[in-house]
Amino acid sequence: MSLFSKPKYSTVVVKKKDIPKGLWTKCPISGEVIFNKELEANLMVVPKSGYHFPIGARARIAGLFDEGTFEEQDATVRSADPLQFVDSQPYPERIKKYERDSGLTEAVVCGTGKIHGIKVSVAVMDFRFCGGAMGSAVGEKITRAIERALELKIPCIIFSASGGARMQEGIFSLMQMAKTSAALGRLSDAGLPYISVLTHPTMGGVTASFAVLGDVNIAEPGALIGFAGARVIKDTVKQTLPPGFQTAEFLQTHGLVDRIVNRLEMRDELRDILSALHLRKAPAVAK
Amino acid sequence: MESSSYTLDFEKPLRDLSAQLEQLRQQSLENNLDLGSEIAAIERKIAATQRDIYSKLTPWQKVQIARHPKRPYALDYVALLCTGFRELHGDRQFNDDRALIGGTAFFNGEAVMIIAQQKGRDTKEKIARNFGMPQPEGYRKALRLMKLAEKFGLPVITFIDTPGAYPGIGSEERHVSEAIAVNLREMAMLGVPTISIVVGEGGSGGALGIGVTDRVLIFDNSYYSVISPEGCAAILWKDPAAAPKAAEALKLNADQLEKLGVVDEVIPEPFGGAHTAPEKAAESLKYALQKHLNDLKGLKGDKLLDARYERYRHLGVYEEAGTAHS
Repeated sequence: MSLFSKPKYSTVVVKKKDIPKGLWTKCPISGEVIFNKELEANLMVVPKSGYHFPIGARARIAGLFDEGTFEEQDATVRSADPLQFVDSQPYPERIKKYERDSGLTEAVVCGTGKIHGIKVSVAVMDFRFCGGAMGSAVGEKITRAIERALELKIPCIIFSASGGARMQEGIFSLMQMAKTSAALGRLSDAGLPYISVLTHPTMGGVTASFAVLGDVNIAEPGALIGFAGARVIKDTVKQTLPPGFQTAEFLQTHGLVDRIVNRLEMRDELRDILSALHLRKAPAVAK
Repeated sequence: MESSSYTLDFEKPLRDLSAQLEQLRQQSLENNLDLGSEIAAIERKIAATQRDIYSKLTPWQKVQIARHPKRPYALDYVALLCTGFRELHGDRQFNDDRALIGGTAFFNGEAVMIIAQQKGRDTKEKIARNFGMPQPEGYRKALRLMKLAEKFGLPVITFIDTPGAYPGIGSEERHVSEAIAVNLREMAMLGVPTISIVVGEGGSGGALGIGVTDRVLIFDNSYYSVISPEGCAAILWKDPAAAPKAAEALKLNADQLEKLGVVDEVIPEPFGGAHTAPEKAAESLKYALQKHLNDLKGLKGDKLLDARYERYRHLGVYEEAGTAHS
């Protein structure tokens, strides 16, 4: 089933909501002004500076898989309100707003698809839905994506983008860390590869569970990745983080991230890693 | 109970009454007066006030009891429940975390591995124990000892009592997230029976990092939460003073966690909190621990691991195509 009219790698169909407002966008690094259509076509990576703007789950999927191979799964799994949580507004009201704003039903999109012919089970998080916070529905969908890999004997890839646990689901959110990690234990025992791709930002309970458990941990350039946020660290232990702390580059230097990979190179990267770990032979088209 | 026991805000009426009682006793002694009936009246009033306060504690009041400076800590329970505790230090890589400790011991004569988050009692020990906030080394030591337990077939008993994993620069640099995540995965696969007991604070990922066990027990006044009530209040209410509201909304108390299926049993505490009679609290815990250990002995190999997987697999509530699942 093809969900996208033109899901080829270089020409991506992106919803308007996925891109910065207006017709032009300024690169925060180089100051370069870039036409939005061009930015979308380049997977939200500024061509000259290489700056990575966040990308929505659907746009990422469209750019990732071989044409027409992605099949979405568990699209009807959505958040409930187990605690009847109300702060300044009831939790279900917030969920409705996230749905409207993002055009998604949850903070993660899951399914199977082929990358250079290699079939994988994938979960792609989307920060626009509740800051990618992990509640029961996110935990359930990610666990099913892992279990699907196990059942089909295929690799699993999870793209993380999350502020952490979803407070409005209280202890259930915390328990999703255990649930997803337990599933990864079974996948590991079965000898199936799990590639974690950490994107901007990946924090809190998502970092402290599936996001760092990859057989290979890949990060996108410049991504903020950490456990406690800068404000929490400052408030709790009065330490101010040095510049560049908790970035993908810092974490590669400090040994948590295996590789930093440009989004435009991700398909070839995953092909090579999966060819090595899963197929155990050189890909048909050598890079 | 002496007046200095009533240190919490909501215990003020008891503090005042106890002061009155002491004053009367003093007067009676100094002036050689018989104030027996007055003293008895105050004592009755204290008992009634205790009933009034402790029988309807709010979620936030319970959180304060869980953090009470006199609350029994893990090593107090180990001393009351076990014999021959031999602490085993260090993660064999970097350091020895004093906030998360472990070692072998005997529980009712049976060899077990103890893993425990430990707070300090006085200022010096509080600092040494890092206020009960473990760093990556603590979680890695805990895993080392759990694997040791697996190798020699010892059940693992973990005591949870932490405000959270330490949020500091060193902790981040040495990847506390990875240390916790690996524990979650490995505890789910550990081939021996495991039981955790939340004795005080169950602070988020820092608690869960030693908490993926076959059984999760919790003391009546303990709490277990994805975020501290203060942290939640600061983010969602934009006001740390809204902590009592957040404590209620998070459903973080023992009885609520049992209803949600997250904990298996609530261990009763003596009236007013475990600190009023630690031996009684330990006695209740001992009974429950033995019962659950006996239950788990029947499960071996894959049966044990499958049951543990299922326990966590079904935690969470969501909707699917219009139907509710939990």
